[in-house]
Amino acid sequence: MNRLLRLCFFAVIVRGIVTIVLGLNVRHRERLPKRGPAVLAANHNSHLDTMVLMTLLPLSLLDRVRPVAAADYFLRNRLLAWFALEIIGILPIRRQRSAPDEDPLAPLAAALDRGEILIFFPEGSRGEPEQLTEFKSGIARLSERRPEVPVVPVFMHGLGKALPKGEAILVPFFVDVFVGQPVRWAGDREAYMTEFRESMIALGGEGKFSAWE
Amino acid sequence: MTGLTPGVRLVLGGILGLLMISSGVTWRLIRKGPAEKYAELAARVKSWWIMVAIFVVAIGVDRRLSIVFFGFISFLALKEYLSLIPTRRADRRVLFWAYLSIPLQYYWVYNGWYGMFIVFIPVWVMLLVSARMVLIGETKDFLRAVGTLQWGLMLMVFSISHQAYLLVLDPERGAALVLYLVVLTQLNDVAQYVWGKTLGRHKVVPTVSPNKTVEGLIGGILTTTGLSMLLAPILTPLSVPDSFAAGLMIAAGGFLGDITIGAVKRDIGVKDAGTMLPGHGGVLDRINSLTYTAPLFFHFLRYYYY
Repeated sequence: MNRLLRLCFFAVIVRGIVTIVLGLNVRHRERLPKRGPAVLAANHNSHLDTMVLMTLLPLSLLDRVRPVAAADYFLRNRLLAWFALEIIGILPIRRQRSAPDEDPLAPLAAALDRGEILIFFPEGSRGEPEQLTEFKSGIARLSERRPEVPVVPVFMHGLGKALPKGEAILVPFFVDVFVGQPVRWAGDREAYMTEFRESMIALGGEGKFSAWE
Repeated sequence: MTGLTPGVRLVLGGILGLLMISSGVTWRLIRKGPAEKYAELAARVKSWWIMVAIFVVAIGVDRRLSIVFFGFISFLALKEYLSLIPTRRADRRVLFWAYLSIPLQYYWVYNGWYGMFIVFIPVWVMLLVSARMVLIGETKDFLRAVGTLQWGLMLMVFSISHQAYLLVLDPERGAALVLYLVVLTQLNDVAQYVWGKTLGRHKVVPTVSPNKTVEGLIGGILTTTGLSMLLAPILTPLSVPDSFAAGLMIAAGGFLGDITIGAVKRDIGVKDAGTMLPGHGGVLDRINSLTYTAPLFFHFLRYYYY
């Protein structure tokens, strides 16, 4: 039942909003993963980021796509938890360790082992609209753990204008989505983060964005 | 299919023929190769097929659907425009209000409330949007923000809604009038392009649009006026001299609309306004000429005939 609800939610409501109210301009669509395991690592400006990334992949992959999201935020009450877990299908992750030996990345590695496609926001939170904040090293740690899994950087622009943090009204804007080449693990976390950051900045540089201040 | 009078059918048949010829020519060019050289042309012709198909359904089924369709075109155009221009974060809510003017404006069209249709955007929305922006209290770049938003509403919503009002202006022949306007406007674009490509030497406005030439402009005007006189008896109540005037107006207006949107794109530094229509660019790249020709043709017709 929930599976059917999830399919309807994404096939009708999310696709409707993303393609008609917003509208996407996707560059390098062919670089998107065709199957799992894979990670889509994107910049984060809006709750809609996840929705847009999920519509980039075909509906046939829906069962395998899991957005990684903060447990403390999305599981804070029962209704939201049901919606986040059953409809959106998030993979909850703890941002703060409760015990020193706890491994927050273990569920992610397990999901990749099951062949799932993770949606991951290395910035950790939405931050200021349309501004890149520091990427946290979680993505490098995950890649170190599963070096054979492709991590595809995705740069998005426009959703921070359409629905930024703390706003309830959706204002239509076209959204630019630039897909990058997969970043591969080469043995060093710092080098990995540098490569990832440069790849995102280069993708962002492909577009011409007008001011929003 | 209430709007499909015999005249409309004849013209649609002509368009179908043109599309088939274009596809045939493109196919032969690609076969002679190199195929990559004509990829853009092929994409453009394919987009034309899709646009014509949607347009025929939109004007053919019934008036309500046609009005909703033109409202949707305004929405896409305004969204493209607002995504292109610099906007202020503080104005998010004002932009939301601006979008709401679209259903209202097309509702006045549907009701045939001409008085409201003609003052709503230039008076009511202009005052309301300015007031809403002032009340937010951000004065930095206020003039730029209020000016660009109102200008966008005038072209994308007010101007474009004039082609929808043609349907109400003449309930019998509305679809035929829309067809006359749209066919002449679009063929004028194509004719100016083709004449410019084959004979073009002298640039008209090199700083705005380096591809526009005097030869293209004159060739386009001649082609469009010829066609406007040919199609007028089939689709419109226009007399022979008036159909000549309408053709001149559409040819010159189309050119001005085209370079006006061209100036916006050049100001911002983009080549196309969007990517919705492969081979054409965005919706704005296709309806740029209509932002001028729709109100010009509408008021010419209304003043002399209705």
